[in-house]
Amino acid sequence: MIEIQRPGLLTTVQDGGRKGYQAYGVPVCGAMDWLSLARANLLAGNAWDEAALEITGLGPAVQFSESCAFALAGADFSAALNGRPLAAHGAYLAHRGDLLELGAARNGFRGYIAFSGGMDLPEIMESRSTCLSAQFGGFEGRALKKGDRIGLRAPQFWLRGLPKRQLRENCSFEGPVRVVPGPQDGCFSQAGLETFFSSEYRLGSQCDRMGCRLEGANIALKESCSPNILSDGVVMGSIQVPNGQPIVMMADRQTTGGYVKLGTVISADLPLMAQKRPGDKVRFTCVTVQEAQQIRLQCLRRLRNLEQELERGDLW
Amino acid sequence: MDYPMFPCGDCAATLQIGDRICEEVNRTVVSVMSALQEAAIPGVRELVPSYGAVCIHYDPELLSYNALQNRIQQISARQPVQGGGNDRPAVRIPVCYGGDYGPDLAFVAEHSGLTPEEVVRRHSAGQYLVYMLGFLPGFAYMGGMDESIACPRLTSPRSRIPAGSVGIAGSQTGIYPLASPGGWQLIGRTPVKLFSIEGTHSTFALSAGDRVQFVPVSPEEYRKLEAGV
Repeated sequence: MIEIQRPGLLTTVQDGGRKGYQAYGVPVCGAMDWLSLARANLLAGNAWDEAALEITGLGPAVQFSESCAFALAGADFSAALNGRPLAAHGAYLAHRGDLLELGAARNGFRGYIAFSGGMDLPEIMESRSTCLSAQFGGFEGRALKKGDRIGLRAPQFWLRGLPKRQLRENCSFEGPVRVVPGPQDGCFSQAGLETFFSSEYRLGSQCDRMGCRLEGANIALKESCSPNILSDGVVMGSIQVPNGQPIVMMADRQTTGGYVKLGTVISADLPLMAQKRPGDKVRFTCVTVQEAQQIRLQCLRRLRNLEQELERGDLW
Repeated sequence: MDYPMFPCGDCAATLQIGDRICEEVNRTVVSVMSALQEAAIPGVRELVPSYGAVCIHYDPELLSYNALQNRIQQISARQPVQGGGNDRPAVRIPVCYGGDYGPDLAFVAEHSGLTPEEVVRRHSAGQYLVYMLGFLPGFAYMGGMDESIACPRLTSPRSRIPAGSVGIAGSQTGIYPLASPGGWQLIGRTPVKLFSIEGTHSTFALSAGDRVQFVPVSPEEYRKLEAGV
């Protein structure tokens, strides 16, 4: 069992997402930064899409009432276990009574705490992700509050190479965000597309798990086109342009939407979007769908290598 | 099938079938959905129908965009079912109109120059086609409402509408599957759960292509149905 001593800004239970129910209008939800969730889980010895705590901006304080290994990944929240500082990407052992405290995010915006053996929460539609809009899943369908107690499913306190079970590669959330044009890039003027791919945008104050509103140069449509379309499917990373300004749709988005979509952030770069905070700047570059799929495969290969290194215990 | 396909990033693509809200396009969407389901292309993970498109989610490790495109071209289009939607019988949804369940029925009646009884009669006379689900889990976008009872949204939305509320917004009608804020004119409520979670099991009453028939019931019947008697 763990108990939330201090909830942080927005701490929710998230896994790889609730897939297969979008035709019924059920949002996918799941981790905003799927790569950091995967890294935290692999470090903790879990399947990469196991449910973990997603923390946002300011982290929680969590007390362990039984021993369990856990791992951290994502942004650096200056974590400490009983006051002893922890590296931002590593696995650790907490003993009964230990207190894990996280502060404010120093780089990036979101982090993950994965518990070895997972959390003891029911799967609803094959997922433990919290659906905040419809208030189900995760822990009572809501963000965690002080005093919440969550059971651990099969707490592990031995992991191969535990004292050195750390991520070697440095996680950077910098760099341009790559976008595949479509499905309605044809509604935009050539000048409009050039504007989008050559300008810097700033994340507005309305950024949350549903989407990131961006502010910057106005993106022109073709004269014959309207920003409103017949509602169609919206995916994570879809870039809607309702009024000349882009909105990147994120994990908690509705399943369909009625605004033109210029392009989609590639899956390998969704973590970069997820780690941005209101006020941050972002630039976009254009790639083909074929390039985006190659980049995804490389990304998955790196995760599998990490998984194998951790299994062999030759991380150092 | 040779509908135009567009990428939605590296893990999904949209098959563009039509650009109008009409029964004919919906019929084709429903038949494309069943052709794709039957083809069971390895790597295709999820199909999301909308008014005039199907969004195909797939795993690029198993199926590249180009391979998906080829596979879809190989699927032969099938004859859409006649009469719109799918061939399931209409889903009958009991509704208690007016009173506490439908606080805006009087306003809708006044707006359309009809008696409340006549609004109820017209609302429950026809069958509605479910074009797609979205907005909230189990929320059905339905078409086919009698234009004479169309009514603009509330000028200031309610902060909480009870689950099961049946409303009108413009020429659309819909049912709130969950308690949520909303600006639709509420004319009644159904005790039927359009979306429910019991333990780890979830059920949805409607899917795209279904037809819906509203059946007026008394407050007494509503309470009985709600209590499961």
